[in-house]
Amino acid sequence: MATTTYSTENAAGNLTARALREGFYAGLVAFGLFFLFVGLETTQNIRNELVLNQRWGLLAIFVAVAAVGRFLGVLYLQPWIASRKAARAAVVDKAAPEGFFVRNFSKIAIVALVLMPPVVVSLVGVQGSLKWVDNFGIQILIYVMLAWGLNIVVGLAGLLDLGYVAFYAVGAYSYALLSQHFGFSFWVLLPLAGILAAFWGMILGFPVLRLKGDYLAIVTLAFGEIIRLVLINWTEVTRGTFGISSIPKASVFGIWSFDVGAANNFAKVFGLPMSSAYYKIFLFYVILALALLTAYVTIRLRRMPIGRAWEALREDEIACRSLGINTVTTKLTAFATGAMFGGFAGSFFAVRQGFVSPESFVFLESAIILAIVVLGGMGSLVGIAVAATVMVGGTELLREMTFLKAIFGPDFTPELYRMLIFGLAMVIVMVWKPRGFVGSREPTAFLHERKAVSGSFTKEGHG
Amino acid sequence: MSETLLKVHAVETYYGNIRALAGVDVEVKRGEIVSLIGANGAGKSTLMMTICGSPQARTGTITFDGQDITRLPTHEIARLRVAQSPEGRRIFPRMTVYENLQMGASLDKLKHFDEDVEKIYTLFPRLKERQAQRGGTLSGGEQQMLSIGRALMARPKLLLLDEPSLGLAPLIVKQIFDAIKVLNKEQGLTVFLVEQNAFAALKLSDRGYVMVNGRVTMSGSGKELLANPEVRAAYLEGGRH
Ligand SMILES: Nc1ncnc2c1ncn2[C@@H]1O[C@H](COP(=O)(O)OP(=O)(O)OP(=O)(O)O)[C@@H](O)[C@H]1O
Ligand SMILES: [Mg+2]
Repeated sequence: MATTTYSTENAAGNLTARALREGFYAGLVAFGLFFLFVGLETTQNIRNELVLNQRWGLLAIFVAVAAVGRFLGVLYLQPWIASRKAARAAVVDKAAPEGFFVRNFSKIAIVALVLMPPVVVSLVGVQGSLKWVDNFGIQILIYVMLAWGLNIVVGLAGLLDLGYVAFYAVGAYSYALLSQHFGFSFWVLLPLAGILAAFWGMILGFPVLRLKGDYLAIVTLAFGEIIRLVLINWTEVTRGTFGISSIPKASVFGIWSFDVGAANNFAKVFGLPMSSAYYKIFLFYVILALALLTAYVTIRLRRMPIGRAWEALREDEIACRSLGINTVTTKLTAFATGAMFGGFAGSFFAVRQGFVSPESFVFLESAIILAIVVLGGMGSLVGIAVAATVMVGGTELLREMTFLKAIFGPDFTPELYRMLIFGLAMVIVMVWKPRGFVGSREPTAFLHERKAVSGSFTKEGHG
Repeated sequence: MSETLLKVHAVETYYGNIRALAGVDVEVKRGEIVSLIGANGAGKSTLMMTICGSPQARTGTITFDGQDITRLPTHEIARLRVAQSPEGRRIFPRMTVYENLQMGASLDKLKHFDEDVEKIYTLFPRLKERQAQRGGTLSGGEQQMLSIGRALMARPKLLLLDEPSLGLAPLIVKQIFDAIKVLNKEQGLTVFLVEQNAFAALKLSDRGYVMVNGRVTMSGSGKELLANPEVRAAYLEGGRH
């Protein structure tokens, strides 16, 4: 902070004035530039005559964006960049003490999630809560759980799996088929779906035991596609592309039902007005619990020999073997454990949608889940949760941005740009944080004395 | 000092069609330090790895502690307490020094960990200073200490070391060789050592083997080999420390 000091009030006042001035100029320049390009538009009408359309609203938006952008840039961005440069130049003698919020991030997040449905209901009413609880809450949590499950395979064991969606599909179809044919309830089938998915995880594991890196990725990719093609073509069982519909709903452990006609319908029992929102809120808590279970198991396993073996396997397979670790069982358990959580998530997906079809289990899903794991910073649960929230929540938000229609015309459907934005966000994050949101691995052995030279400040080398 | 711990008999190892070991006989007795010297590409590391079961010997037998281990998978050989510090050290780069040492003790499920880790720290005080640092960020010498330390954490009956002095400053080499000597004298640890640094290795060893093109061409006590004119000409001249 030697050259740029904005501490005195006078300097701050000057800065605001400068920002205002530069913002104004930027607006002026934008107006000059875009007046003809954006403000006026020529089209041909039916009689082939040239018509001049005036688009002052759009022009105003362009000018406003330029002006406000410049204003904010001068006022906040530039000093921030300058101070960061100065901070980087200064010798980092000790790590900045992390704030209360950062330290207790996961606890705060869990409490916030538990409180979310009642808060939303009290704010926007039972019916209005649907959007927030279902479209955002459940949707994001499904991906958080899937990404946490895949994280065991990719992030911990270092096995690049591009076919994870296969286990999601196995879980979903297990619930859909077994509940329809045998009438088992969700709570019986949930563990069963997990076990079946884990079994398929082993099936995948065997042929790829000797494969690594790119080769492993290709075979797992093929595996995911095979499962999907089987679902499409085995029509007697899966009804092919039509999918399976009217999948039974889950109940609150058999005590209260959410079927409209049932005597023990949740709303009836409590004398509430009928609404599908209660079911969604219930599902929200179910997926929250499932996701937290995934996180809990991952955290526990990381401190146990098997979790250690996974991480060691990721680092150096030959060294693992020479330390007496059976890499075959280690890989298989990683595949099976990851697949099991995929299966749980799948059966939850089926019960939430009430309908499954092979459409939902395309490669793109695998890619999104993997992208979330990579963005979060392979192995970090918090990072992955943040990545899932940003990526899935962000694309859901797009749907809400109806005001964009005002700018780009009524035909504009923001959802179509979902993947574009997803990709853009990914590039930006990877440039800004090449190892994902939380890039450094948290050691699982905790020492009382922490060394000043922690890993995060030093580059990693293989020697 | 007479009981055979490791016996390699007529072992041939292939990489595809290339024969890297062409009938090797080597014997290590309990409590001995035995070194293996030879030019680059002679097959020393291959012999080390063959003893550990990857690659496996195509013909011949390897016996350890009275048990035929020729066809055992690597991890099961390791469970018989054959520990190695392989070529290239192969520590876990993203794990801390402490965690690397824990990995070494995973055979015993960390039962003796606290006791053993103190011994390693006495042997290599540097590792204690660095215990919270990630393995990949250690210096080459520190990584070598960690690799040896990690192997020792398994409480091995036989310690295989592949070029522990590779790329290290003479002072560190001496430190590591002294440590090997101490382990051998005080705990009766059996060591089989591959070295380019023939002088230091033979001086330390009870016996030595010379390997040329996948065959053992000479063997004898450390002193004999050091005095042998052929050995001197090929491996020692100009290399005196
Ligand atoms: N994975 C492999 N595939 C094919 N050939 C190999 C492989 N590993 C080693 N070789 C070959 O086997 C021979 C012996 O190699 P080895 O690594 O055992 O030599 P070394 O005696 O340890 O040499 P150095 O002193 O340089 O480490 C060499 O000719 C080498 O090229
Ligand atoms: Mg070698």
